[in-house]
Amino acid sequence: MADSILVVVEQREGKLNRVSWETITAGQAIASATGWTLEAAVVGGRAASIAAEVAAKKVAKVYAVESPKLEPYTPDAFAAALKQFLTAKQPKLVLMPHTYQVRDFVPKLATAMGRTVISDCIGFKNEGGKLVFTRQMFQGKLAADVSFTSDAPWFATFQNGAFRGDKAEAGAGAAPVETVSVEIADGVIRNQPQEVFKEAKQAVDLTQAEIIVAVGRGIKEQKNIEIAKQLADALGGDLAASRPICDSGWLPMDRQIGSSGQTVAPKLYLALGISGAIQHIVGMKGSRAIIAVNKDSEAPIFEIADYAIVGNLFDIVPALIEEVKKAKAGG
Amino acid sequence: MKILVCMKQVPQKDAPLKLNETGAWIREDVSYEVNEPDAYALEEALRQREKHKGEVVVITSGPARAQQVLREALAKGADRAIHLEDPKFVGLDAFNTAKAFAAAIKDESFDLIFTGLQSDDYGYAQTGVILAELLGWPHATIIMQIEKTDGGIRVKRELEAGYFQFVDMPMPAVLTIQSGINKLRYATLIGIKQAKNKPLRKVALSDVQSAIGENLQKIERLYVPQKTKKTEHIEGSAGEIAKKVVDKLRNELRVL
Repeated sequence: MADSILVVVEQREGKLNRVSWETITAGQAIASATGWTLEAAVVGGRAASIAAEVAAKKVAKVYAVESPKLEPYTPDAFAAALKQFLTAKQPKLVLMPHTYQVRDFVPKLATAMGRTVISDCIGFKNEGGKLVFTRQMFQGKLAADVSFTSDAPWFATFQNGAFRGDKAEAGAGAAPVETVSVEIADGVIRNQPQEVFKEAKQAVDLTQAEIIVAVGRGIKEQKNIEIAKQLADALGGDLAASRPICDSGWLPMDRQIGSSGQTVAPKLYLALGISGAIQHIVGMKGSRAIIAVNKDSEAPIFEIADYAIVGNLFDIVPALIEEVKKAKAGG
Repeated sequence: MKILVCMKQVPQKDAPLKLNETGAWIREDVSYEVNEPDAYALEEALRQREKHKGEVVVITSGPARAQQVLREALAKGADRAIHLEDPKFVGLDAFNTAKAFAAAIKDESFDLIFTGLQSDDYGYAQTGVILAELLGWPHATIIMQIEKTDGGIRVKRELEAGYFQFVDMPMPAVLTIQSGINKLRYATLIGIKQAKNKPLRKVALSDVQSAIGENLQKIERLYVPQKTKKTEHIEGSAGEIAKKVVDKLRNELRVL
């Protein structure tokens, strides 16, 4: 059988996670670079309707891998179902989005099959027939090209935003959908998940903000948050933070930007003392303009900044507040 | 409760990194610190022991320098430590690291194993989950709360975009711990003194060699990422920088 790529899209409670389109785009790009066939799979209790949605894209086939035991999600059931399916199917390459859910089961799945996952990739290269995957290391300071040294199936997960979901090509006609029922034996599932919930009503919706002033570790002490707030007020913007600031309780959790917080795309994102860990960047890299202030000239935030200011934020921010006030007063 | 905490020594967050002569790894003469989520994992283990009695054991792999992470953990209150000591451990992939850990603890019986949710150097976010699978234990990832129940534990998983979920699960189990689950403690002077006399078991590469195999993935090369964005540097005194920024805000970004 010809070599194939299988994209496992993500669904939660019967809804497709949009990040899956990015993985389809990645799969289409690898298929065109290698000549391998691209197929997709949906795993769940009610996979069929999502499979039909995915079948509209340019893929050779879509599998709906179903069992009532796949609802609600557990790592035990997902790993068991996919192990069964992949062992029968033997794709060369299995691609998934690097979501919290995938992180929860894919290392288990690969280990159960004696295979490995190259996780959180941002791209790929075809080097004379050898596929290598690019991933960030050391919090984005360095990048690595990583290859598989084991037998297929190979597993790779892609970081949120690594490919454009809206670039996923539509197919000429709907791809065929095949429903595959998997057997999950009693006793396989050991975890009992309860209902998914939101902690509190999100008090602050930063997704609509036009200007965001965000603080990171570089702010050093809780009392220093005040100068960032003054700058945000002067600019008519909202105050936000990276995860460590909220972990320390210096700002409430609902002001957190990043993979575990809000994803924003304001006209201006002013990052004060934020180093730019991957988990933060995924939440703000869509901003129209990014200005970063950091004392460390090698901070990864500068990789994605439009304007870089290497220096002491405690000197720069007060001066900036003054200038903004002057400008607003018509000076 | 007997809890094992897997900890890792990683380069300090603002340490400037240089490539070594292989081009596939960094020069190791930098400053190191404990991987941040691992510090929260240790703190959580200490808190569980304070509530339920038991023992907290810390484990790491790496060259002699990595022992510092264990010493700090012992000073904060861990009871004993295991050090898989060899520079070669640094080059193992997540699969082999988990296999080495599993081999090193084969004669122990833990109720829980904690790891940080991912490391700040490789960032695989895999070793804990792989270890669970190798041991045949259930696992849960990105944990923000742990309560002991009659039949096992109830944990709070962090999901994306501000969502959470409680999960009931049996023990033994592996949990990967999220930063911010608790407030970290500092080591006390008396703790630092006592740490010197706490047991630290060393495990050589040869002791676990038979359990590990060839890496399943390989770093071909490491490099400074190419910038995809054109970045303009704004320089000068604080006052000059402020003036330039306001000019950009007004005339280029049009947000003022």
